[in-house]
Amino acid sequence: MKLKTINIVTCGVGGQGVLLFTDILADVALRAGLDVKKSEVHGMAQRGGSVVSQLRFGEHVFSPLIEETTADFIIGFEKLETLRYIHFLSEKGKALVDSLEISPMSVLTGAVEYPKDIMERIKARAKNVYEINAFNKAKELGETRTQNVIMLGATSRFLKFPLDLYKASIEKNVKPKFVELNLKAFNQGRKLVKK
Amino acid sequence: MDKVLLSGDEAIARGAWEAGCKVAAAYPGTPSTQILENLVNYKDVYCEWSTNEKVALEVALGAALAGVRSICTMKHVGLNVAADPLFSSAYIGVRGGMIIVTADDPGLHSSQNEQDNRYYGMFAKIPVLTPSDSQEAKDFTKLAFELSEKYDVPVILRVTTRIAHSKTIVELEERKEVADKGYVKDITKANLLPQYARVRHVLLEEKMKKLEEYGNTASVNKIIEGKKNFGVIADGVAFEYAREVFPKASFLKLGMVWPFPKDLVKKFAQGKKHLYVIEEVDPFLETLIKSLGIKVIGKDKLPLVDELNPRIVRNSLTDNKTEFTPETSLPPRPPSLCPGCPHAGLFYLLQRKDVIITGDIGCYTLGTYPPHNTMDTCVCMGGSITVAHGIEKALKNQKRVVSIIGDSTFFHMGMPGLVNAVYNKGNQILVIVDNRTTGMTGHQDHPGTGKTLMGEDTKMLKTEDVAKACGVDKVYVLDPYKIKDNRPLFRQILAEPGPAVIVSKQACALLVPRKPAKRVVAEQCNGCKLCMSLGCAAMSFINDKVVIDTAFCVGCGMCCELCAKEAIV
Repeated sequence: MKLKTINIVTCGVGGQGVLLFTDILADVALRAGLDVKKSEVHGMAQRGGSVVSQLRFGEHVFSPLIEETTADFIIGFEKLETLRYIHFLSEKGKALVDSLEISPMSVLTGAVEYPKDIMERIKARAKNVYEINAFNKAKELGETRTQNVIMLGATSRFLKFPLDLYKASIEKNVKPKFVELNLKAFNQGRKLVKK
Repeated sequence: MDKVLLSGDEAIARGAWEAGCKVAAAYPGTPSTQILENLVNYKDVYCEWSTNEKVALEVALGAALAGVRSICTMKHVGLNVAADPLFSSAYIGVRGGMIIVTADDPGLHSSQNEQDNRYYGMFAKIPVLTPSDSQEAKDFTKLAFELSEKYDVPVILRVTTRIAHSKTIVELEERKEVADKGYVKDITKANLLPQYARVRHVLLEEKMKKLEEYGNTASVNKIIEGKKNFGVIADGVAFEYAREVFPKASFLKLGMVWPFPKDLVKKFAQGKKHLYVIEEVDPFLETLIKSLGIKVIGKDKLPLVDELNPRIVRNSLTDNKTEFTPETSLPPRPPSLCPGCPHAGLFYLLQRKDVIITGDIGCYTLGTYPPHNTMDTCVCMGGSITVAHGIEKALKNQKRVVSIIGDSTFFHMGMPGLVNAVYNKGNQILVIVDNRTTGMTGHQDHPGTGKTLMGEDTKMLKTEDVAKACGVDKVYVLDPYKIKDNRPLFRQILAEPGPAVIVSKQACALLVPRKPAKRVVAEQCNGCKLCMSLGCAAMSFINDKVVIDTAFCVGCGMCCELCAKEAIV
């Protein structure tokens, strides 16, 4: 039987480590022997702006881009950004959302308000929503930049890859002196999911 | 063999290295920048950031004429800058293989247009290869060197953002050294005096004929058999989208789109009741297919603008349309200046001044947005100084014109414009926002940083010295963080006749260590919001008071300079 291609949309704000998240996860899929494609944009789009990375893996992947309404997962590092890309999620898809709020410039200057009903709107569009307090957990660990690897730990609960593949990929993708911290963050992330 | 995930850019770098490439030159530009950033990590390849794309192409041509394999890389609009030597290089040809990489940006993720550079191949008479994933990006790079040497012509490798910045699986191989061919003086080849160029043109047309024959039979263009009567012709990433949407169709996948393989296309089209051509942006292939009298469906259904994706292909070409509804009325999150960005301090000085401001290409183009509102135009690299000059001449100096350019952009194409302004008695005030790096593309060195791409120390050119050498007598250097000091100076400069140059010098905030975060003493803040006009992403306005997010504040202190109540400490 042909293996189903898994589509994962990951989104957040420039600087949150979205791209490293999908780099590690893509590497895990590669190590598992799957075909992998991932796509994102760099440059102007990254300067504090909205960031989205698309990851697909399976037996054979053609397009690096995911079609709207076909994502199996949306991994949101920030609430507003999750809602912005929620239309990628399929009906049965799962949304893993960090309920963190980062205000865009229009909110900072007081021109518009940060919407108060974001989680409700996400839940109205996605049946399976998991709130992951990764940023808070990262603060507890003393390094907010581990938010992405905490989200990775949480995501790993829903995928069938062996854990040693994650460990190997984290070791490959982060600087040696941060490996231990990130492995700890990964395990903390796994604990944040209550299925 | 090792299998790894590489972006298209990384794969091109790897391919160049494996093919024994010895010289590489580029000017940074999204989405091409990472090619040289990766290639420099391999041994045995000389790599440089050239001052602009024309320079880079000429450096590569020089190396190719000296008998080694060379590559130059640039974004699509960079090839406009390099168009002059591009056309000449086609006539001259090579000795060592030479590749010109153009990274196009359909969808304008980080560009000012979405031009389709496949046309440059047709225009300049240079073969064009269009890979569909990272493996092909590497394979085609190696093939391009071989074709370049065999047919004595440079080769364009055209990628798009979704190839350059998508990661797909690549099999690695080892480097194969290629013997240097050495420099041989041959004025009939390398010196395009009209008498020699006439002959070179004849030779070039012959080469293109031979390359067309190659394209008709070589595996770079391939037919994938599927349904007998249903055919799709596609290239680049569009091929992958097409396969996603029409898994059972027969495909003609074109890896070399120029010279156009007429016979192969005719052969493929035969007996196809339904024939589609699926390509991004312009109807390049479509026009050529139709010129053969073949009926094909393409841009009458597919969009001419923006990048494609599987959904657009499906919705345009099939009845099986899929709909989706994105959430509306969400606050947008456009890119913005980073907290502590020195440009913000400079923009503050220009806010609410009755001046025309012409801008350029870089992070500072974000000064267009509120609350800065300090950029009226953005045209192209170097277009700030020259457009300012034209406005001034048209308005006969009735209004003050200020131009803004970054340090890297100034070295790229600003200098000729400044010389022109001085020569032609311009009156503009040019602000060089000198943040000691090429910011937007991710911090590349340039002639003003004192470092080469290969990490060596080199002569550091100061923008203020260059401005003086261009003939500007009034050159001021200021620190944009010191807003209080700068205000009166700025007023004075605006009142004086030009031309004048202000070098606003302060290193990019992402390159200097953070200072302790500032905080607002709530009791002292009167909520005047003056500090908010810096547009700092670390500041927000909550319950009539300014609040600084200590996680984002880098402690630059510009807000302290503005606060009359001394409420920020």
